This record gives sequence, C-alpha cells and structure tokens, in this order.
Amino acid sequence: MSNGMGLRGRLASGAFAVTAEIGPPRGADPEALRRKVAPLAGWVDAVNITDNAGAYVRMASWAGSLVAAQAGVEPVMQLTCRDRNRLALQSDLLAASAVGIPNVLLMTGDHPKFGDQPDAKPVFDLDSVQLLWAARMMRDEGRLLSGRALSTRPAWLIGAVENPFAPPAGFRAARLAKKADAGAEFVQTQFVFDVPAFARWMAEVAELGLPGRCRILAGVGPVRSLRALDHMRTGVPGLHIPGEVDRRLRSVPADRVAEEGVRLCAEIIEQIREIPGVSGVHVMAPGYEHGIPAILERAGLARARPRDGGPGSELTGGFQGDRSPRSAWPTAPTLGGTGAH
Amino acid sequence: MLARGDAPPEPPAGLRPRSSVTGPWPHPVRPRLPGRVAYRLQRVLAPNAAYRGLAGALAKVPAALRVFTAAEKVTKGAVFGCRMCGQCTLPVTGYACPETCPKQLRNGPCGGVGADGSCEVFPDLRCVWVVAYERAEREGRVTDLMLLQRPVDHRRAGQSAWVSYWRGDDESLWSAPRAGTVTEEHR
Repeated sequence: MSNGMGLRGRLASGAFAVTAEIGPPRGADPEALRRKVAPLAGWVDAVNITDNAGAYVRMASWAGSLVAAQAGVEPVMQLTCRDRNRLALQSDLLAASAVGIPNVLLMTGDHPKFGDQPDAKPVFDLDSVQLLWAARMMRDEGRLLSGRALSTRPAWLIGAVENPFAPPAGFRAARLAKKADAGAEFVQTQFVFDVPAFARWMAEVAELGLPGRCRILAGVGPVRSLRALDHMRTGVPGLHIPGEVDRRLRSVPADRVAEEGVRLCAEIIEQIREIPGVSGVHVMAPGYEHGIPAILERAGLARARPRDGGPGSELTGGFQGDRSPRSAWPTAPTLGGTGAH
Repeated sequence: MLARGDAPPEPPAGLRPRSSVTGPWPHPVRPRLPGRVAYRLQRVLAPNAAYRGLAGALAKVPAALRVFTAAEKVTKGAVFGCRMCGQCTLPVTGYACPETCPKQLRNGPCGGVGADGSCEVFPDLRCVWVVAYERAEREGRVTDLMLLQRPVDHRRAGQSAWVSYWRGDDESLWSAPRAGTVTEEHR
C-alpha cells in the first residue's frame, strides 16, 4: 500500500488513485503471484485479482487476494456471475470480508465460450447489477437476498466495471448510473485508447452527477507488440482502438513498438488526468506487470515511498479504521474534485 | 477481466454447430412485432377486472391453465423468442426479451457488445439489449431501462407470465432506481 490509507481512503481523499490488474497463476504456486504483485507495492493503491479472466481457469481470486495482501499490496477481489449461483456469490462475499479483503469488484464475467473450457455450463444466475444490489444490501442492511439477517455485516468497498465505448452509446452512462444506484462506489472502465470518446462519456456521466457517488477509474494499458494490437482489435469483445492509435504503433520499427506502446499509455494517462470527474486510472498490462511502475513514473504518477517502512502487509490493518458504516462517500464531493493531481 | 490467453480449443468436429445460431446457449432474438404495435397491445392487455377474472378462473382449472400456458409459450416463443422464465420484463425492455441474451442479463447489455451492435457470443446476431434500447428509444420509453430488475425466481420457470401479470403477482419484478431493496416482496 502506498500510504496506508488504502483504496477507500485514497478515493475518499480525492487524490488521484492508481490500481493495477493481476491474473493469478494457472497452478497452485503462490510464489509466481507474489513475484508479480511485490514490485507494485508503493506504486498502486490496490491491485485487482482477476476471477478466471476470459473464462480461463486460474487460482481463485479470494486466494489470490490473500497472497497479494501478504506481498504488501491491498487487493481488489474480482467476482463474476459466470461461475456461481446466488448462494455461492453471497457466501464468497461474506468470506472475502471475513478474511479481510477490503475491496470487491462485481461483474458479469466473460462467457465460457471464450475460455479454455467452452464445454462448461454458464451460470449467470444473477447479473452484475443484481450482484451489486445484493452486496449493498448485505453490507448496509445486514441482510441476504433471502431477507435473512447476517450476524456480522461485511465491510468491503464495492466496485463495478463499465465499457464506455460499446453500443448502445446512448445507454452507457445511464448503465453506470444503474450500477451506482445498485451499490457501486467505484468503477473501473474498459481500456481507454480513444480519449475524446472517453471524455464525451465522462461528460454524460458528470451530467448524471455520478462522480460524486461512484468514483471513476479509467482503464489503461500498454500495447506491447503488433500481435497484441491485432489481438486487442479483433479478439477482445468490446475493445475499441481508434485508427490513429493503430497507425502510430504501426509506424515505428517492429523492435520499437513496445517502447512506443508504453509511451502512448503514459500519454493517455496524462490526458485522462485532465478530464473532470476522473478519480484515477486502472492499469492492465497482462504479462508486463513489472513494467507498470515505469509507466506510472513516465505519466508523472510516481509516489514518495512510505517513510514508516510501509504499513501493511497484514490484511486487517489499514482499511478498517476509515470505513464508514454505509456508503464510503457520505457527502457528495464536488465534481472534478480530483485536486491532488 | 480482459486478458485473454491462448486460443481456446476447438470443439471436436462432430460437435461443432453448423452456425452459431444453433449453439447451445440462449441466442438474441429480434422481436417479430414492431415496438409501436407491442406498446399498443400493452394497453389492450393491461390488467382489468375481466383479465383478473380470467386469470383467477384459469388458476382454478389446471387443464385450462395448461392449455393457456402452452398457447402463451407458442405465441411469445414465435414473436419474442420467449423461453418462459415466467416473469416477463417485455413491457419495460422495449419488447425485446433479455432472457434471449446468452448471459441472460436482465439489467442491460454487457461490455462485450461489438462496435456494430453485434452480440459477443453470437457475432452474426444483434445484441438483444441494443435492439431493446433502439425500440425503447423510438417509443420514448428509455427510462424503463433504468428500472432495477430483481433476480429471477427460477421456481416460476414454465409458468404463465400473463396470468401472473393479470393477478398482480409481478409487482415486485422491478423497482425504481434507488428505491426499495432487492428482494422486498419476494419473501
């Protein structure tokens, strides 16, 4: 953790937040995950641990979250509706809080068709909005979907995802409003490569008064090769790469694409920071997690290292103290209150 | 959430569907009734004393209810691709059925919709939520899509949604944004 206040404190303070994304290993060895997470300590406020991302089986996100915490970075546990019915979703949410996971990110999940086991039964018992709603009810009202009372309320910060670029264009800001209504307190977006389109979406989001009650972290990441570029253009549903980005990456010699991709990512981060209402960035760099600090440094997001030797590798410290019993944002801050750029 | 690994294994040749439309999952269905006509029918079919009486009578005669339910299944199946979840959202989803979404999303489209409005799971079909949005927008009913749809009660699968609707059993299917809780009347 960068400064001991955790993601919740960071977002509440209005300072620009940084999260990153890590996929747990396909295997039972926690060391590989620790090696990916440890270099991010002091650079990010929290790290997402994905939940069978892309419908490929990996170590469970709750266990990955514990490993991340041991490695010194606060986890955001991703939880998808694809693999669990409503009973399992609720018990996993209780478990997450019980072991001290301070943030959860609730999403529908990629369809099994795209993963390594397309023969699996897709569950989708709840959708992401219903799961957000259930989570808020568990935490704020102390009740399960069944209405039964919980002995102890969970305490996580509730996150969601949104894709500002997918059709129907007129409904994407409204869809975020729906998620905020259901319970989302922060949202991480799909990769932003088209900054003007993102800014237009942010204007709609601001119009709906959302940044005050649901913090927005823009998804960013480096394109490291032309092969990756082609994959992102055609192989990832809902990802939009504008022509100018495509041309720029193709215009440099093949051995310079990686560097250009990192430079582009840093530039995009700098542009995003100027957009009113944006609370932070979420960096996704699969296979290149060790390069995230360099990207952040280039984007001007390097932080002073913690002076007290760093709080927290233990899970239950840090976030409990500054949690409010209901929403994390009791008073609506002013729009664009991301003052500490 | 976004990283993809290696290409997924192909299914054995003999199991490969002829076209994606014949795949094993629900697939988006484009309603065969213009939105304007559907909303007009909505006014005709709105609950009133006569319908309530009919629904009450049907509920008392199992054989008659079976016939009525079968007729509903055939009609709504042909027009909307209805899968008889028994809790009809059609009146507030532009008369496009969200249960035909491969992820059966009741609260709006996923993030994987193609730039051309295609379904990520069946790329040769249009996303049913894109269709729902377009139909709702044309009829000035976009605010319907903001309603929070509660989780489906799977015990009601196969039951007549029309009878439930006329009997007033559907009051708790959705709620206004920021109002109520997720299961308020389901207990």
